[in-house]
Amino acid sequence: MTVTAPGQAAADAAAARPEAIQGRGPWRLAWERLHRDPVAIASAVTLVVIAVAAVAAPAVAHAVGHGPDDQYPTIGLTPAGLPVGPSRTFLLGTDNLGRDLLVRILYGARISLMVGVVATVLATVAGVVVGLAAGYLGGPADLVLSRFMDMVLSFPYLLLAIALVSVFGSSLTISMLVIAFFSWAAIGRVVRGQALSIREKEYVEASWSVGSGAMRVMFVDILPNLLAPVLVLATLLVPAAIVFEATLSFLGLGVPPPTPTWGGMLSDSLAFYQVAWWFPLFPGLALLATTLAFNLLGDGVRDALDPTAGRAGGGGDR
Amino acid sequence: MARFLARRLLFGLLVLWIVSGAVFVLFFVAPHDPARLIAGKLATPQTIALVNHRLGLDRPLPEQYASFIWRLLHGDLGYSYYSNAPVSQLLASRLPVTVSLALGGAVLWLAVGIGVGVAAARRPRSLVDRGGAVLMLAGLSMPTFLVGLLLIYFLFFRLHLAGITWFPPGGYVPLAQDPSGWAQHLLLPWVTLAAVTAATYSRLTRRRLTRSSMLEVLGEDYIRTARSKGLSEDRVVYRHGLRSALTPVVTLLGIDLGTLLGGVIVTEQVFGLPGLGQLAWQSVTTQDLPVIIGTVLVASTFIVVANLLVDLGYALLDPRVRPS
Amino acid sequence: MAQPASEPSDVLLRLDGVVKHFPVGRGLFPGRDADAVHAVDGVSLEVRRGETLGLVGETGSGKSTLARCATRLHTLTAGRVVFDGHDISTLSRRELRPYRRQLQMVFQDPYRSLNPHRRVGSIIGDPLAVHGVAGGPARRWRVQELMELVGLNPEHYNRYPAEFSGGQRQRVGVARALALRPRLIVCDEPVSALDVSIRAQILNLLAELQRELDLTYLFISHDLSVVRQVSDRVAVMYLGKLAEVAPVAELYRRPRHPYVAALLSAVPVADPDLADRRERIILAGDPPSPIHPPAGCRFHPRCPKARARCVDEAPPLVSRGGDGASHPTACHFPVEPGEDLAHEHAAIDQPDQEAADGLPRVAGSTTP
Repeated sequence: MTVTAPGQAAADAAAARPEAIQGRGPWRLAWERLHRDPVAIASAVTLVVIAVAAVAAPAVAHAVGHGPDDQYPTIGLTPAGLPVGPSRTFLLGTDNLGRDLLVRILYGARISLMVGVVATVLATVAGVVVGLAAGYLGGPADLVLSRFMDMVLSFPYLLLAIALVSVFGSSLTISMLVIAFFSWAAIGRVVRGQALSIREKEYVEASWSVGSGAMRVMFVDILPNLLAPVLVLATLLVPAAIVFEATLSFLGLGVPPPTPTWGGMLSDSLAFYQVAWWFPLFPGLALLATTLAFNLLGDGVRDALDPTAGRAGGGGDR
Repeated sequence: MARFLARRLLFGLLVLWIVSGAVFVLFFVAPHDPARLIAGKLATPQTIALVNHRLGLDRPLPEQYASFIWRLLHGDLGYSYYSNAPVSQLLASRLPVTVSLALGGAVLWLAVGIGVGVAAARRPRSLVDRGGAVLMLAGLSMPTFLVGLLLIYFLFFRLHLAGITWFPPGGYVPLAQDPSGWAQHLLLPWVTLAAVTAATYSRLTRRRLTRSSMLEVLGEDYIRTARSKGLSEDRVVYRHGLRSALTPVVTLLGIDLGTLLGGVIVTEQVFGLPGLGQLAWQSVTTQDLPVIIGTVLVASTFIVVANLLVDLGYALLDPRVRPS
Repeated sequence: MAQPASEPSDVLLRLDGVVKHFPVGRGLFPGRDADAVHAVDGVSLEVRRGETLGLVGETGSGKSTLARCATRLHTLTAGRVVFDGHDISTLSRRELRPYRRQLQMVFQDPYRSLNPHRRVGSIIGDPLAVHGVAGGPARRWRVQELMELVGLNPEHYNRYPAEFSGGQRQRVGVARALALRPRLIVCDEPVSALDVSIRAQILNLLAELQRELDLTYLFISHDLSVVRQVSDRVAVMYLGKLAEVAPVAELYRRPRHPYVAALLSAVPVADPDLADRRERIILAGDPPSPIHPPAGCRFHPRCPKARARCVDEAPPLVSRGGDGASHPTACHFPVEPGEDLAHEHAAIDQPDQEAADGLPRVAGSTTP
């Protein structure tokens, strides 16, 4: 004797109609929330502008007629040998060697963005792989891997970065690798924690009962559940990487001159700030704008993916 | 709890050992030639060989490592390639500067960070909260050296032009010599060092102390136990709720000690403070290996010790960590 | 590879003295005899082709663990699991894979057994992907076929589990279990998390599928009335061991084990007059901890009929006085016809009948 509850029958019937409510997955919902967040939109737009400017750097250089490394001792420096301020020839002024600041800032954007993004991507991939393995495999593998991550996290970053750079020389690639090396563990730890808890869930057990192997469970079942927190973390890691790169350049350990970097420019400007306010100001603003935009965007992404207001930050997680 | 701390101690020692090994590998196996550096550009091969021998660089690696560790345990860090002064002496002379800077900065960022966080949490969405949020975000996004630059520009340069000479642009005055001078010279560096970290901490504290997260914490079992034991509501909130809210702060402290050193290096550079950070930087640019090794080891030791203290604080704060 | 043994051809799944202990405690030195949770302590069962064997027990009786031992989601501490003549007790996960095509599981919680980040079609098609049975459009077609089979609209292939009701999600779980055309399905409390009104639908679905696809079920539940509806035979577990096994009608009409009798006396009865007349058999104390199960018969601390022998000797699961071979009971003093357990008293010392607050204990009921 089949008993059908009236409510269920109605629901089934409603679902069967072709114009039934089109469901929305978790990503779609997040996107819609992000859409409506003005701060996030503004940040995203800012970043797009910066990126476009960076890409267009050669074009701008061509238009203005000054290369990033071209020095103009006669028109770019005062008779006393000091930088000249913003003018029609040099829209943002010049630096201590008479180079066009605007063009250098745009080229510097390329370095910052590239290092920031590439280093973060590298760190994210490494962190996800290691974290997944540690969280899923558990036992001795986990013990070793998480101790390793703890160790990396407790290193004095800058000090060792300086040491590494001094040994291997300073270059773009080295900068990216060094920054990635110190960032991956943060992601790895988070991924491990999540993987560890997701592993206990019933749908993972269901996958096992169907015959899925380790790789499949890790990448098809666990990973999709991690994408959200990893995305948030990565978005917030980029500005940290950019700041790290700027700091390295500031100390003279980043990409070597004459390649323009924001940190390098700020370092050079230290001696001239009293007479050339534009020299530290514009690179500083560029740096600030970029990192601020990434941070705000990251916040927006986090809120879009998990709108529980006033999150406690995971009570007691260590 | 003793077991917990013992484990952390062992771990710390392990870290130190690995760091020393890593530094050793990095510098003794790396492709450069300190002997040549010291001997100078015009040195003959014989001179270089002599220098090599004197520095013990021509001995087999395991032997070098063994003598390295041996000397380390005796507190002998060798002599600077650059200045020929004993490394330990160099480190000792610069330590007070860095300690003054680091401690002051830490106190400042904890006080400001937590203070602002608490104030913002108590009045959510008020001017204090929103203004604080903006400041926090700005602080978070700036590299430390930029903060230093800004401070020098506005608080030294601009004020100087206006005739106010409160804030010197740099340099260090020993505490024993002139306490007020010491503080005066360190004021801007402290703020610089503290700024970025304070921002992180205030955000975190605010998050944990907002009404909704407090509610979450106060709903937890061990809080209910405290209440059922008869503690007054106030005590419950302040003693247990606050404690639990502060534990991630403490955890962060542990991690931040790594970044702290970075901030120290940069700040000392910007303000011309003759501390360990500046020494580290100098030694790297001159490839002065013994000094580099010494600095890295001192820094790592400091971090390990500080982490241990943090773990201790953690255990004291969170009753769940202690097996009571 | 496992060798086909000399099994009677109608036994699809045989559990032979299955033991599963979970170590508890520090675990730093696993060699030492650390405490263990004795989840399953020697269970032997047969599931015959085409039947539905119900497995009943309270929380903590070990029934879910047994289910997972049967499907080899756990490794066995001891004992054998023989599926269709093949000994799968110690096979590795890779070696087990081909058997998984025939031995599937439906899980309890439809809200947790489906990955919220995967589309339903992908979830159902998972087994097909894992075993390389079908790909691309063929797989999709097969999945939609399965969806229809369990009463879901195949057009909802691309929806996420959150967009379905509890009953529908459970249907997804069933569809997933059916994907590879298994012979045996272990159902771990498939309707416990569903509304009462939906339960009937899912149970009907399961019955229908059994007929259509010639399935065998091992049906696990704590709910006696549900088990009664679906099972051909019923096995009752208590604290890791079997108490009684019988054809369903017989068990409910004439339970032999005092524990089973007590359980049945607690099942709500619709007729108010009957309910009034019936007396509940009140059991003493709480179910003991599976870490230190009682000596002898595990039920003796709570049994109204307990005697000295029950403390000394664990009763084997055999047919007793007058019962056929199909009705074994693990009790030295099974309930006789006409015996009134409600007014019996044990002949040995048992833990206090009354709780600390002075109120008499309620009988060990099975509903959580």
